[in-house]
Amino acid sequence: MIDLSGMFNALVASPMIIPAAFAGIAWGILGGALPGISPSITMALLLPFTYGADPTAAVVLLASTYLGAEYGGSIPAILIRTPGTNSAAATVIDGYAMKEQGKAGEALGISLYSTLLGSVFGVALLITLTQPLAAVALAFQPTSYVGLGVLGLSVIASLSGESLIKGMMAGLIGLMIATIGTDPVTGNNRFTFDDPELLSGIPPILVMVGIYAVAELFEQASQPGWRQTNTADAAIKMPDALMRARLRVSQIIGALIGFIEGLTPGGGGTIAAFLSYNEAKRWSKKPEEFGHGSPEGIAAPESANGSVSATALIPMMGLGIPGSNSAAVLLGGFLIHGMTPGPMLFTKHYDVVMGLYAGKVISLFALLVVAYLILRPCIWLVNRPKHYLMAFIFALVLSGVYAIHNSLFHVGIALAFGVIGYAMKYYRIPTLPMVLGVVLGFMVESNYRRALVLSDGDHMTFVEDPIAACLLIVAFGFILVSLVRHFRDSMKSDQKVKSA
Amino acid sequence: MKTRFVGLVLAALCATPHAFAQTYPARAINVIVPYAAGGNTDVVGRIVAEHMSKVLGQQLVIENVAGAGGTTGSARAAKAEPNGYTILVGQMGTHAASVGLYPKLAYDPVGDFEHISQLSDTPIAILVRKNFPAQTLSEFITMMKADPNKFNNGHGGVGSTSHVSCMFFTSLIGARSPMVAYQGSGPALNDIVSGQYDFLCDQIPHLVPQVRQGNIRALAIAQPERSPALPDVPTTIEAGLPAYQASGWNAMFAPKGTPRDIVAKLNAAANAALDDAATKGKLEAIGAVIPRKENRTSEGMKKFVEAEIGKWAPIMREAASQVK
Repeated sequence: MIDLSGMFNALVASPMIIPAAFAGIAWGILGGALPGISPSITMALLLPFTYGADPTAAVVLLASTYLGAEYGGSIPAILIRTPGTNSAAATVIDGYAMKEQGKAGEALGISLYSTLLGSVFGVALLITLTQPLAAVALAFQPTSYVGLGVLGLSVIASLSGESLIKGMMAGLIGLMIATIGTDPVTGNNRFTFDDPELLSGIPPILVMVGIYAVAELFEQASQPGWRQTNTADAAIKMPDALMRARLRVSQIIGALIGFIEGLTPGGGGTIAAFLSYNEAKRWSKKPEEFGHGSPEGIAAPESANGSVSATALIPMMGLGIPGSNSAAVLLGGFLIHGMTPGPMLFTKHYDVVMGLYAGKVISLFALLVVAYLILRPCIWLVNRPKHYLMAFIFALVLSGVYAIHNSLFHVGIALAFGVIGYAMKYYRIPTLPMVLGVVLGFMVESNYRRALVLSDGDHMTFVEDPIAACLLIVAFGFILVSLVRHFRDSMKSDQKVKSA
Repeated sequence: MKTRFVGLVLAALCATPHAFAQTYPARAINVIVPYAAGGNTDVVGRIVAEHMSKVLGQQLVIENVAGAGGTTGSARAAKAEPNGYTILVGQMGTHAASVGLYPKLAYDPVGDFEHISQLSDTPIAILVRKNFPAQTLSEFITMMKADPNKFNNGHGGVGSTSHVSCMFFTSLIGARSPMVAYQGSGPALNDIVSGQYDFLCDQIPHLVPQVRQGNIRALAIAQPERSPALPDVPTTIEAGLPAYQASGWNAMFAPKGTPRDIVAKLNAAANAALDDAATKGKLEAIGAVIPRKENRTSEGMKKFVEAEIGKWAPIMREAASQVK
């Protein structure tokens, strides 16, 4: 299945592939690390530079940027509690906790190692099985997406922390926020107060930047003394043999879930990250460490992100259907050079496909090299005196938010969510369920209503689609297990109180 | 002395716009594309902007300002300073259908803009899933009329070209169909290929590979001539529905009040791009058609936009009233 000589020939014919892969990774990491700048925006900014370029090098540049950006999102997630991209939101949980324990270098090493492994897995599947696997995307119906979304939401039950009720509340608030904007079916405006800025709803990244980064800044500012800078963690530490063995299961879980998510257009990497986080927790020998700096809590979502960045190209190249914004930009890159992705791409532009594959392989090496070079100054930066650092982060985060649509209104929303996040922290309401609600709410709602239009209002459609039925059963299983565990734990603690 | 000074100032003021236009463009030009990167409008805008940059000697920089069906970016362009350094690539949705769709549209597609040139015409086709029983457009229309509300129509979102095109089609034949809204043309295409719904009316560029592979069937193309990309597909005139003439188009606009000389320079650059063989080839490769000469003048394009509003706005008002 692997045409190594084809890839080599493409590399010889277009040697610019190599610098393009390195440049894409470097640009992608920078873009992904800037809060607010999504992978697709990072890629779109490069489009003008691809005009005069060799078509193969141009698509390699864009595809490498995608991988770089997916990885780059984890750097601020770990170092400053701000996910650079939506899909890095799950990495915040244990990444920042490890950083707080003085293990920033170790957390960054785990993240890099896991993204790389996930990407190797994804690229291998992309190279060998694009055409047969592309058909899988078609098996996913609106009902299946509802199942997937509900499965994602079911994670709320296990991520609620000490209070399930508070977790549910936060999840519901998130779902309510997701209803703001234009109704996906009728086009009516909901909770927009005639403000055109609200017609597209509230972008999830604003919620994340607000409740993670801005709230953290408020929290830090309200503490009387700055924590002493720890210089001991100012070095990247790749996992040793013992750690690698510990991470293996969570990385396999992440890579597999990322693979499935990448194949399904519309699924999105964020669900993959949260689902793999949750699964890694369930399969871990030390689940109690999750949320308090578990290495597996970084490995699972980051390996999922790496896997998604390669497998998301499968439906785009195999079918000509872009499943995500990033895939759409890559599709645009093909179109600008007069190539139409889809089944014909493999016959009409075989050399470009081989070149892209070769470029994806090179981008894996590029990721390792460039990330290693970039991480040292990043760690140095976050170890500066905190009063300077906090001001820098505040400026960075708000300018990133402003850059999304050059909108001060968005800056206001992020600040408002900062206040909400701070209040939630104060009242010990978990924020993760709210993020999940915001990210998944629109997807679940639009697919649910779409499925009902297609079935003429018959809810049996969710049972008749085997994928949806399986996903829903798993989701309800998760919820049930979490409920039982929750009530068992609360009964135990009640007994302890009584016996004391 | 005082009079001479005032005279000089007045002369300078009068001469400024002309002198300004002579030196235009002195810096990069911001081109707002009101949709996400990678979409049809974005790709058309980038292809034309690339050649215009060469003609004008300054870079045309694309800025994607997506949101609210393209109206966010269009509103921003309408309110930009009219100095020729902010222009817009609009399309049928933002400058025709939006008038009927949004009661409080933040701009007037005719009155708030200077019209530079139409950039592309993109044919629209009526397509059905591959195993749909009807083989021709007339058979399909008969089935639609015989069984109202039975056949589902997918589209890429309220206000999208695929939405308004099918609204036009169903209103012409006097039929109704349940509408399945997707977030963009990609997911809508995915689900008709997998047979989730029955028919789609959309611009052909991204559909051509699927039609050629036999994954979906095109019943007719809504333009007077057959498309070179799909030569076997009849036109709506041949298929018996001549009134169904529709295309998704892209056009370049500048904020109202942009000096006439600058609009003329931009128009000349856009026309040079559309006449350039390489640019033309790239546009045709994505299924776009080079617009007629009369729509490539400022005045002609303005008339074209007015006609398009007259055509699409009532259909959208009707659609909106059905929803409410």
